[in-house]
Amino acid sequence: MDLKELYRDVILDHNKKPRNFGRLEAADGHAEGHNPLCGDRLSLSVRMNGERIEDIRFEGKGCAISTASASLMTEAVKGKDRQAVRELFDRVHALLTQAQESPDASLGKLAALSGVREFPARVKCASLCWHTLNAALAQQAAPVSTE
Amino acid sequence: MAANPSLAASALPLDAEAVRQDFPILSSMVNGHPLVYLDSAASSQRPRAVLEAIEDYETHSHANVHRGVHALSQAATQAFEGARERVRRFINARSMREIIFVRGTTEGINLVAQAYARPRFGPGDEILISALEHHANIVPWQMVCEAVGCTLKVAPINRRGELEVDEFMRLLGPRTRLVALAHVSNALGTVLPVKRLIDAAHGSGAVVLVDGAQAVPHSSVDVRALGADFYTFSGHKLYGPTGIGVLYGREELLAAMPPWQGGGDMILTVSFEKSTYNELPWKFEAGTPNIAGAVGLAAAMDYIESLGIEAIAAHEQRLLELATAELARLPDIELIGTAAHKAAVLSFTMKGVHPHDLGTILDAEGVAVRTGHHCAMPVMTFFGVPATARASFGCYNSERDVASLVAALRKAREVFG
Repeated sequence: MDLKELYRDVILDHNKKPRNFGRLEAADGHAEGHNPLCGDRLSLSVRMNGERIEDIRFEGKGCAISTASASLMTEAVKGKDRQAVRELFDRVHALLTQAQESPDASLGKLAALSGVREFPARVKCASLCWHTLNAALAQQAAPVSTE
Repeated sequence: MAANPSLAASALPLDAEAVRQDFPILSSMVNGHPLVYLDSAASSQRPRAVLEAIEDYETHSHANVHRGVHALSQAATQAFEGARERVRRFINARSMREIIFVRGTTEGINLVAQAYARPRFGPGDEILISALEHHANIVPWQMVCEAVGCTLKVAPINRRGELEVDEFMRLLGPRTRLVALAHVSNALGTVLPVKRLIDAAHGSGAVVLVDGAQAVPHSSVDVRALGADFYTFSGHKLYGPTGIGVLYGREELLAAMPPWQGGGDMILTVSFEKSTYNELPWKFEAGTPNIAGAVGLAAAMDYIESLGIEAIAAHEQRLLELATAELARLPDIELIGTAAHKAAVLSFTMKGVHPHDLGTILDAEGVAVRTGHHCAMPVMTFFGVPATARASFGCYNSERDVASLVAALRKAREVFG
């Protein structure tokens, strides 16, 4: 078990200085995510331009994996349309849970999360933001939960 | 049964390295490191004596209890009822009729909530708990309140994690029907002055349930000296198996309570018109019980007495003092829960490192601690943290384990910069 594989520099950097942190004043979608096992809480707001995510912010308290994952996600999905976000989620999910022969080049910086796969207890930390984004895009009223 | 190698070394002080040899699992390697097990408050490990007692029972004595006239059924009944007598002596109850076997502390509390509180309480009645309680000593009372309209009151704690005794006394009133308190807080290690609180509760006419899950492994408990009306604890935090626990109740209270589960073993006669219930304690033990669990629990109590509970307590207090001093020297560690009187539990946070990340890094070093809210979300809310890391000590831990914890914490600081 190599800690450096999990806590890569990109992860530690995004944990310390999360990008797109805060709250959007004029949001079209908003959702809360909660992982009751570890107490992680995430609040996500999105502003749409048609089918496209024009802007996105998140705030909350969480572990390094959940904070970095949310930060990386906001960078990756800004400017993408719903369909592209769905496809990206599928690829991230595969990255977090399935052994892969070679890294998915299309993931860019998100590939830094590949170390999570070796730590099954931490997969939910990395995927919380994505489930919350789905909820925000679907305009779900109820908070999503990892449980 | 094989001779216990640590018995020779049972005189004070406890020889933790010898005790460690009694626990087969503690020689495991975890992530390339020798296991440093600091999660006994969640579940302790089992000594060989417990494992052998269970195997011996399953190999030579198992059948259903209280039913057959055949040899094995009698052997099983003897083992099970022998375990009950062992428990009675361990907590100094007056009678075996006061010892109910349950699955664990949670079931013990739920039994009292459903069979004592629910049929008796109504609007205007109050149940008083403390702000330190485990969810298992909160939710069952909320369920009763919801069902019958009584009210739950919560006595606050201070910043050290100690019960505000004055506030507790103020909340105790003529409407208080039941007081439910942890003997020792699982999240912080605080030891509550239960004897004093029980006396006060009795003075105002309330009955008292004590959640002893975290107390029984660390100190000698005499239910009669305490004066507790109900006292409940789990086997698996006491070096025994999971799925077995004990509810002690004063006989006159138990006798007046209706059964809470119906089935075999808890009845004397059954007809379609009416059934008559069995005597204590079997009235509260519907269905085939966890016989091997009871046998294992009795063996765990024998084991604890072979080491001496006072020797264990003194040893753990030394480790607590050492670990508290060592952690105080680490600049980024904040201890959560600094009560004057504590069991060997250290809850803490590290600046800039989420407890969950801390848990993963410690695990990579072979150090097992609990991270999270410890089933005590209100305690976390009070201290304004989402979670803590918690190191808890048992009879098999040593100064070496404290050193490993400190080294792993330094490693975490290194990783996170």
